[in-house]
Amino acid sequence: MNTSPTPVVSARKLGLTFQTNDGPVHALSDVDLEVSKGDFVSFIGPSGCGKTTFLRVIADLEKNTSGEISINGMTPEEARKSRSYGYVFQAPALYPWRTIEKNIALPLEIMGHSKAERKERIERTLDLVNLAGFSKKYPWQLSGGMQQRASIARALAFDADLLLMDEPFGALDEIVRDHLNAQLLKLWAATSKTICFVTHSIPEAVYLSTKIVVMSPRPGRVTDIIESTLPRERPLEIRETPEFLDIAQRVREGLRAGHSYEE
Amino acid sequence: MTEPLSSRVLPVLTIIGVIIAVWYAAAIWMNAPFQRDLDRRANVTSTTMEFIGKTLSQPKPVVPAPHQVARNFFENTFLRNVTSNRSLVYHSWVTLSSTLAGFASGTLLGILIAVGIVHVKALDRSLMPWIIASQTVPILAIAPMVVVVLAAINVTGLIPKALISTYLSFFPVAVGMVKGLRSPELMHLDLMRTYNSSTWQTFWKLRVPASLPFLFTSMKVAVAASLVGAIVGELPTGAAAGIGSKLLAGSYYSQTIDMWSALIAGSVLAAILVTIVGIGSRIVDRRMGVKPT
Repeated sequence: MNTSPTPVVSARKLGLTFQTNDGPVHALSDVDLEVSKGDFVSFIGPSGCGKTTFLRVIADLEKNTSGEISINGMTPEEARKSRSYGYVFQAPALYPWRTIEKNIALPLEIMGHSKAERKERIERTLDLVNLAGFSKKYPWQLSGGMQQRASIARALAFDADLLLMDEPFGALDEIVRDHLNAQLLKLWAATSKTICFVTHSIPEAVYLSTKIVVMSPRPGRVTDIIESTLPRERPLEIRETPEFLDIAQRVREGLRAGHSYEE
Repeated sequence: MTEPLSSRVLPVLTIIGVIIAVWYAAAIWMNAPFQRDLDRRANVTSTTMEFIGKTLSQPKPVVPAPHQVARNFFENTFLRNVTSNRSLVYHSWVTLSSTLAGFASGTLLGILIAVGIVHVKALDRSLMPWIIASQTVPILAIAPMVVVVLAAINVTGLIPKALISTYLSFFPVAVGMVKGLRSPELMHLDLMRTYNSSTWQTFWKLRVPASLPFLFTSMKVAVAASLVGAIVGELPTGAAAGIGSKLLAGSYYSQTIDMWSALIAGSVLAAILVTIVGIGSRIVDRRMGVKPT
C-alpha cells in the first residue's frame, strides 16, 4: 500500500506548445515537479521561461499539450471545478465597482455561501491581511500594496488549501514588497496552506520558499530545484546571513546554467 | 466640478451671443431683397435703420429674427392652453411620447442583440453586418413605408412613429453594449474561471457592471436619435400633431416663424432628454463608487 500522502501538485514530463503564426513556441518542456502539502514553492527565471504558464496549467487556465499533471490527485479541470485553489494575479484585479468587502464576497457569492457566513469570512480574511477597517473603501481609495493584500484576502476567503500567486508583488516598490513578504510568511504559518509563488526576484524567492524551482527559457524548463535549509521562522534580517547568500548564489548558478543571463 | 459657476457659464453665454449676432446679420441680409422689392412697389424710401427694422419684422420672413422666434416660442409654450392645437407643449408631448416609447424599446432591443452577439458565436458572425447595413438605409426612405404599411393594417398614431425611433436607437445601444460586455479585462475573466463561475454568474457579476458606462454613453446618442426618428415619422403622413407635423404645416403655409419655434422646441426637448440620461449616468456612477474627477 502506498502510505505517502498524495502530493498537492505532481507534474510528469509536462509540456505545453503554443501554435503561433511564427511556428510553435515551446512554453514548457519536460517539467517534472512535486509539491507537497505545506510547501512554499517559488518559481524563478527570466521572462519567457514558462513560470507563469506552469502556474496557469495548474489553475486550468492553460492546457498542457504533453505529459501529465495532477492537483490533489485530480486533473486541473476537476481541481478547478472543486475550487481547490485561490489565484492571485500580477495585478490586484479587484472589481472597481465593488468595495473591498464586496470584492472579497465575490467568490463567496459565486460559491453560494450564506450572507452570515460571507460576513464572517470577510472579517476573518481582512484581519489576516491587516485590512480591517478598510472594508467599505473602493479599490481606488487604497494604495497598490493594500489592493494586492485585498486580492490575497479574496483568494483566501473560500478556504482553498492551495494558493497560486503569480508575481503578486512585482509591481510594488521594494519597501512595500519587504513588508508584504514578511506578512505573507506569517500568513502562511498561520494558515498552513501550500503556496506556489512566481517571482523574478532572487531575494524574494530565497526569503519566502521552502523549495525554489529555477527555470530557463527557450524551451521553458526546470534547470534546478533547491530545497531551502533556512528555518521556517524567518526574520527579515535572515537575508544577511551566509546561509541565505549561499542559497541565493545557487539560484544564480542555476539561472546561469540555463543561459538566462545571455541575450 | 468645483470650478466656479461663472467660468462654466461664461463660455456658453459667449457662444450664444455670437450665434445671435450672426443670426441677426443673416436675417437682415436674407430678408433684404424681399423688403427692397416691397419698398420699391410701395414707392417708399426709408433710412438704413428703418429698413433694417422692417427686415426684422416681416410676417413671413425667409429667416425670422431671433426676437420673432423667441416671442412665438414664448406665446405658444406658456400662453396657450396645453391641450390646444397651437400649444408647443401639446405638440412636444405628442412627439415625446413616441420618442420615449421608441427609445425604451430600442434600448431593450439593442441590449438583447448585444447579449446575443457576445454569447452566441453564430449571431456574432451573422447579425453584425445586417445591423450595420440597417443604418445605411436612409431613414427618410423607410419612414413613409413603415407609416403607410402599418396604416394599411390599421396601426396608426404612436406605434409607427415609435417603431421608427426604435429603428434608429437600437443601433448605438447594440454597438455600445457589444463593446461594453466585452470590455472586462482578461484577468477579470480568468478570475471568474478560477472560481468555476457559470456563464450566467460571469454575465451578471462582471460583464453587466463593466458595460454600464458604455450603455449610458450609447443611450445619450440613442435618445437623440429617437427624437429624430419620431419627428421624421410625423413628416410623411401629414400627422395631425407633433413637432414634425408643426414643421410640415409651417413649410406648407410659409409660416417660417412657426417652423423655427418648432425647431427650438425640438432642440429643447433633445437637450432635456440627453440631460436626463446624463443625470441617470451620474447616479449610477456614484452608486458604483466611480472615482470622482
